[in-house]
Amino acid sequence: MSTKSERLILMGNQAAAEGALKAGCSFYAGYPITPSSEIMEMLARRLPKQGGVFIQMEDELASLAAVIGAAWTGAKAMTATSGPGLSLMMEGLGYAAITETPCVIIDIQRAGPATGQATRVGSGDLLQARYGSHGDYCPIALSPWSVQEMYDLTIRAFNLSERFRVPAFVLAEEAVGHLRETVRLHDEIALVERNREVGPPPFGHDQQDGVPPMPAFGDGANLMVTGSTHDEWGYRKVESPEQHARLVERINRKVLDHEAEIAEVDAHFLDDAQVAVVTYGFCGRSALAAVKALRAQNLRVGMLRLKTIWPFPDQAVRALGKSVRHILVPEMNLGQLVGQVRERVRCEVTQLNQVNGEVIVPADIEARLREIIS
Amino acid sequence: MTRSMEHWLRVPHTAFCPGCGHGILLGALVRAVDELAIERKNLLFVSGIGCAAWIPSPNIEVDTLHTVHGRAVAYATGAKLANPKLTVIVVSGDGDLSSIGGNHLIHGARRNIDMTVICANNQIYGMTGGQTASTTPVGACTATDPEGSQYRPFDLCALVNAAGAAYAARWPVSAPRRLIASLKTAIQTEGFSFVEAISPCPTQFGRRNRLDDVTALYDQMQSLCITRQEAETLSKQQRLERFVIGEFNDD
Ligand SMILES: Cc1ncc(C[n+]2csc(CCOP(=O)(O)OP(=O)(O)O)c2C)c(N)n1
Ligand SMILES: [Mg+2]
Repeated sequence: MSTKSERLILMGNQAAAEGALKAGCSFYAGYPITPSSEIMEMLARRLPKQGGVFIQMEDELASLAAVIGAAWTGAKAMTATSGPGLSLMMEGLGYAAITETPCVIIDIQRAGPATGQATRVGSGDLLQARYGSHGDYCPIALSPWSVQEMYDLTIRAFNLSERFRVPAFVLAEEAVGHLRETVRLHDEIALVERNREVGPPPFGHDQQDGVPPMPAFGDGANLMVTGSTHDEWGYRKVESPEQHARLVERINRKVLDHEAEIAEVDAHFLDDAQVAVVTYGFCGRSALAAVKALRAQNLRVGMLRLKTIWPFPDQAVRALGKSVRHILVPEMNLGQLVGQVRERVRCEVTQLNQVNGEVIVPADIEARLREIIS
Repeated sequence: MTRSMEHWLRVPHTAFCPGCGHGILLGALVRAVDELAIERKNLLFVSGIGCAAWIPSPNIEVDTLHTVHGRAVAYATGAKLANPKLTVIVVSGDGDLSSIGGNHLIHGARRNIDMTVICANNQIYGMTGGQTASTTPVGACTATDPEGSQYRPFDLCALVNAAGAAYAARWPVSAPRRLIASLKTAIQTEGFSFVEAISPCPTQFGRRNRLDDVTALYDQMQSLCITRQEAETLSKQQRLERFVIGEFNDD
C-alpha cells in the first residue's frame, strides 16, 4: 500500500494526530482532558496551517455536536477525549448513529469510573462505546497496541467511518497514547471519500450494503437531518412501527453484516497452540512477551490480538475456540470483553483482570498461562 | 404587494396547535429570508428539540439539521466553521436554548461566530406538557409548579448581550413587521445575533393560567409589552414581569 515513508519517534497521541491529518481530517472540536490532550494541542497547531478548522468547545457535549455539524458540510471531522468526556459524548454518539454521520472519536482510556485516576491506565470504556448511548446502534471501534497503530488505525477509523457512515472510535489506553516509539508515516495511503451524490434518498434503504449516499449542506439537496426516527428522505416518522424497525435494523446491519470487511485480528503462534490469549490494546504487548517466554520452553501457547473491538471479530474468535482447549483473556478492567469471547466458544475461558491503574505485566500473564497449562 | 411564500415550505400544514405563535414566527422567518434573497442552497437551519425546533424542520424547504435537546448552537458552530459560505440560522425554544442549552447559548454569543439564533419564547416547555422553563414568569402555573413558579426568569436578550452578542432584539409575534425587520437585521449582522420572539402557547401556558381563550392570551401578551423608555421607569423586578421590546444592540 505504501511506497515512500518517513520514520520518526513520536508519542502515541501525536501519531494519532498525524494519522488524522493523513486521513484528510479538516475539522477538530474538543475539550481538554488528560490523557488525550496532546492530540488536541497538536491539531490546534497543525490544522489551521493546512486550511482546516480547530475549535475548543465549552464541553464534550458541544464538541461532538460541532463535529457532527461539520461532518454534514462534507468535512472529515473528529474529536478526542477520555472517559469523563466520553460519558458526555454518549448523547452525540446516538445522534451520529441514527443520522448516519461519519466522525471519528479517539478515546484515550484512563482509570474510571468518574474522574478515577486521570493519569493512570485502564480499558474501561469498551462497553460504553458499544452500548453507552440508549437504543441499538453499532459503532466501529479499533484498538491500537503501538504508536504505529495509533497512526494506522486512526487512518483506518476515518476510512471505515466514511465507508459505512458511522461514528468510528480509536479506543486506545493511556499507556499507548503516551508511549514513545518509532513510527513510519506512509506517504501513499488509500483514502475513502464520501459519496455525496444528490438525488437518491440520503437515508434510503435500497443500497445493498445499507449505506446511502450522503450529500452535504450547501450541495442543494435540501437535506432533512433529524435524530428522530425518519424515512428515507428524513421526514420524521415518530409513530410508525415499521419505519422505526427498518431504520434501527439497517443502521445496525450495515456494520454487523460487514464484520468480515471491518474486523481485523493479529495472530501469533496459533498454528499448533493448545492454549491462547485473546487480547487487545496495550495488554497485547505483555501477552506477546509472556507467550514468547513460554514458547522458548516449547509450550504450545499462542495469542490472538483483536485490532477491532466493534464489531466484535466473530469469525476469528469462533475459529480459535475450535482449535484451542483453553483461552485466557487479560483485561485492564473487570472483564468487559471476556463475555464476548465466552459467548462464541465452547472451550474453557479464564479471565485475568486488573484495575489498579497500572498495565498488566508479562509475568502475570505468563504465570496464569502456566497454571492453565499444568 | 404580497408574494407567495409557499415555495419555501416543504409540507402543506404545520403540526402546531391552534393559536400557537410558532406558526406566525415561521411565516415571519420565511418572509425575512425571502426579502433578503439569500441563496437557498447556502441556507442552513439548525434546531434543537421541542415544538419550536419544528419551525424549520420539516417545514422550510432548505437544508435543516434537527439536533438533540439544547445543543443546536453547538451543532451550528461546527457547520458554520466548516463551511463559512453557509448562512446559519438556529431556531429553537426557550427551554431548549436557555435551560438545557444555556451554556452553548452564552458561549455562542461569546465566540461571536456569524450565525443568527432565534428563540421562540413561549415561557414554558410546550412539547412535553407545560413544565417550568428558565423563562417562566414568577407566579405562572405550570405542570411542575402547580402553585406558581418561584424563580426569576432569564432576560434572554440581556443574557446574550452580556455574553457578547453582536445584536439582540425582542418582539411579540403579534408585531410581525417589526419582527421581520429584526430577523433581517439579525441575519445580515456579522457575528452572533439573537432574536427573541414572544410566542404564546395556549395549550400549555394559557390553559394553566386562566388564559384559555386565545384572544385573551394574545391581549395579555400585548399588554405586557413595553418599550425600553417605559422600562427605564421600572425596577429590575418590575421589568421581569413585562416584555421589554425593541432592539438591544446599542451598548
Ligand atoms: C436530553 C433531553 N431531555 C429532555 C427531553 C424532553 N424534552 C423534549 S422537548 C422539551 C422542552 C422543549 O421546550 P422548549 O424548548 O421551550 O420548546 P417548546 O416546545 O416550548 O416550543 C423537553 C424537556 C429531551 N428530548 N431530551
Ligand atoms: Mg418553550
